[in-house]
Amino acid sequence: MKHRTFFWFILPTALSMLVFIAMPIVSVVTQSVYTPHEAVLVETESCGPFGCSKETVIDQAATKSLREAEPLGRFVGLEIYLDRGHLAVDEVAQAWRDSEGISEFISELNNLPFYRAMGFTLTYTFTVAPLMLLLGFLIAVSVNRLNRYLKGLVIFFSLLPMIVSPLIGSLVLFWMVDSRGILGTFLQWVAGDPDLSVKASTSLTWVMLIVYGVWHAAPFSFIVFYAGLQTLPGDLLESAQIDGANRWQRTWHIVVPHLLPLVTFVALIQLMDNFRVFEPIVGFNSEAHATSLSWFIFNDLGGETRLLSSASATSVLTIIGVAILLAPVLVRTWRDYQRKG
Amino acid sequence: MQFKLAALALSASLMSGTAYASCQIDGRVSIVGNEFPAIHAVVEGAKECKGGEITSNLTADHQKINVAGMTGNPAEYTSAIIANSSIVALMNDDLLRPLDDLVAKFGQQLKPNQLIKIDGKVMAIAFMANAQHFVYRSDILAKHGIETPKSYEEVLAAAKIIREKGELEFPVGGAYKAGWNLAQEFVNMYYGMDGKFFEPGSAKVSINNGKGIAALEMMKSLSGYMNPDFLTHDSNATNAEYRAGNVAMMNMWGSRAATLTEIEGIPQEVKDGFAISGPLTVGESGKSASTLWWDGFTIAKNISDKDAEATFKAFMNGIAPSRLNEETKPLAVWLIDGYEPTEKAKGVFNAANMQTKPYPMQPFMGLLHSALGGELSDFMQGKEDAASALADVEAAYTAAAREKGFLQ
Repeated sequence: MKHRTFFWFILPTALSMLVFIAMPIVSVVTQSVYTPHEAVLVETESCGPFGCSKETVIDQAATKSLREAEPLGRFVGLEIYLDRGHLAVDEVAQAWRDSEGISEFISELNNLPFYRAMGFTLTYTFTVAPLMLLLGFLIAVSVNRLNRYLKGLVIFFSLLPMIVSPLIGSLVLFWMVDSRGILGTFLQWVAGDPDLSVKASTSLTWVMLIVYGVWHAAPFSFIVFYAGLQTLPGDLLESAQIDGANRWQRTWHIVVPHLLPLVTFVALIQLMDNFRVFEPIVGFNSEAHATSLSWFIFNDLGGETRLLSSASATSVLTIIGVAILLAPVLVRTWRDYQRKG
Repeated sequence: MQFKLAALALSASLMSGTAYASCQIDGRVSIVGNEFPAIHAVVEGAKECKGGEITSNLTADHQKINVAGMTGNPAEYTSAIIANSSIVALMNDDLLRPLDDLVAKFGQQLKPNQLIKIDGKVMAIAFMANAQHFVYRSDILAKHGIETPKSYEEVLAAAKIIREKGELEFPVGGAYKAGWNLAQEFVNMYYGMDGKFFEPGSAKVSINNGKGIAALEMMKSLSGYMNPDFLTHDSNATNAEYRAGNVAMMNMWGSRAATLTEIEGIPQEVKDGFAISGPLTVGESGKSASTLWWDGFTIAKNISDKDAEATFKAFMNGIAPSRLNEETKPLAVWLIDGYEPTEKAKGVFNAANMQTKPYPMQPFMGLLHSALGGELSDFMQGKEDAASALADVEAAYTAAAREKGFLQ
């Protein structure tokens, strides 16, 4: 393609990427290194239905001049990134000095919100991704063998978990695993423990979230793999069959290699998505047991006093985290591209 | 057709009564606020006004949008309905208009205690009061010869009897959901221990002390008699447990207790045994372990005087004493002139009579509330002791308060 043509061809995309991706990132980075001005506090009398009392309030006149002088706020550099709510460098160093062994150090880390959230997020990401790939593949292979009258119906039902909005899906499961719900009661019966409660146990909550994650994401890998199966050359399978390959050998040596590029694609999307796990944590009310970086952003912005700088710093950390997760795949793609080039 | 329209107009004017004739506004009114029956009633009253465009956005997420919605110039929302905790965020950003001139012009119906004055200026008009108080099943307590508990220690003793008699496995209910609710229960309990959150005159937190530990230990003991899922139970879930007859004693919001047993499908014994008393005390201080709240409306700073006037007049219609009737009276403990408390309002009235403290209005209290909500769940699950949980809260609060410029 001529450079000129290419330029006009790519312009709309480049422009919208600039406006909707690049500029917000610049804005988030800026907000994360600035914080609000130091508040000028004054004591005043405040009165209401329950009498009068001394209350501390912000001196708006004094604060206003500060704000007008520097509308962006105070420049604090990386201070927010390093504070206790984020990377907590001081606390980590302290824990490293004080703890006697590695296990004590880890339990100290677990007490810091960022590292606890990373513990859950990474476990979630790296269990959900392979399980959903496997499940999606199994569904795709099975559906592909159905006769064509049944296929449509089965595909529709297999896609349902993805169609249902994540919040609704997690709420349905949340009520079912309640200790008085149908799944909760069943689990109590299986375990022979009438006091068993999924929602009260951290490890069972994690299992519940992971099961939900796989349930919700499997249709995505299913539909991609199913599409891939339609391009599988029939003659290849036939010749393998003539050579005496059984079904397992055909799947392993022909179907799987054929779908491998798609695996990379699905894994890429899933790693990104799962690292930003959010809706299930809200839907399952599980913030006592499991949190994620996205949940922190929500929490910082949802309190009565919003922490914009903190939320921005967490957003930047999320972007960095996703970049690190995707690095191996991106490097591989780049090498493939170079080899071909 | 014309006859039908005329009949419709006639019946509409009859239904809205005198308000229809008297409330004429000239300007834009746009209200954002929380979502519960009493607020719906007020906003419906405001919407009866004619002559201007009146819109409302009532949602439980109102706090997430009211600051942004009132920051622009002109502000999207001309008014935010807030409580004593949530006015702080609007005050911090200087988004509220002093109301003294409007009160003088149009506020003849207001009682002096409805005016929320900060530094001598009226910043909000309160229309209802609220507090958490004890709600219980009188039938279950009577059956086992238990007197109505007045303190949390007596609740524990009663819960022990109810469990041992095999009446209920989890007799205590509580909105202990990790986050805002759990933090609120700590605020109640800590006030009951006569604790203070901040060092006087500064934003420096001080809760890691004997009173804080005692408050947490009491919460832990209570949770032993709660449904094991208590960290996922907000007020709605706790009410559902009470309605199903699974809970005999709980601390509940007055605004929710009033209509607690008025939905369909509630067992008869739950309806008959439903009883309300005042807030409980804890420890030896004799202070009530609860907080007083008011709900009221504010008017945005960044709007024209015309719109501010229209908004104020619409609200005056919404909280007009003439709108108190059999339907609206039980919805809340109204601060409106002429309101006489119903039987179900006595919980909130007892809270006021027991000198319960109002929820603190410091600009940094919201940050402490968030820190409490995030850091206390480890202790409630038995993963760490009370002192280290409180140390975590203090550390989380300090980081947030530094960011917001309250601490250096």
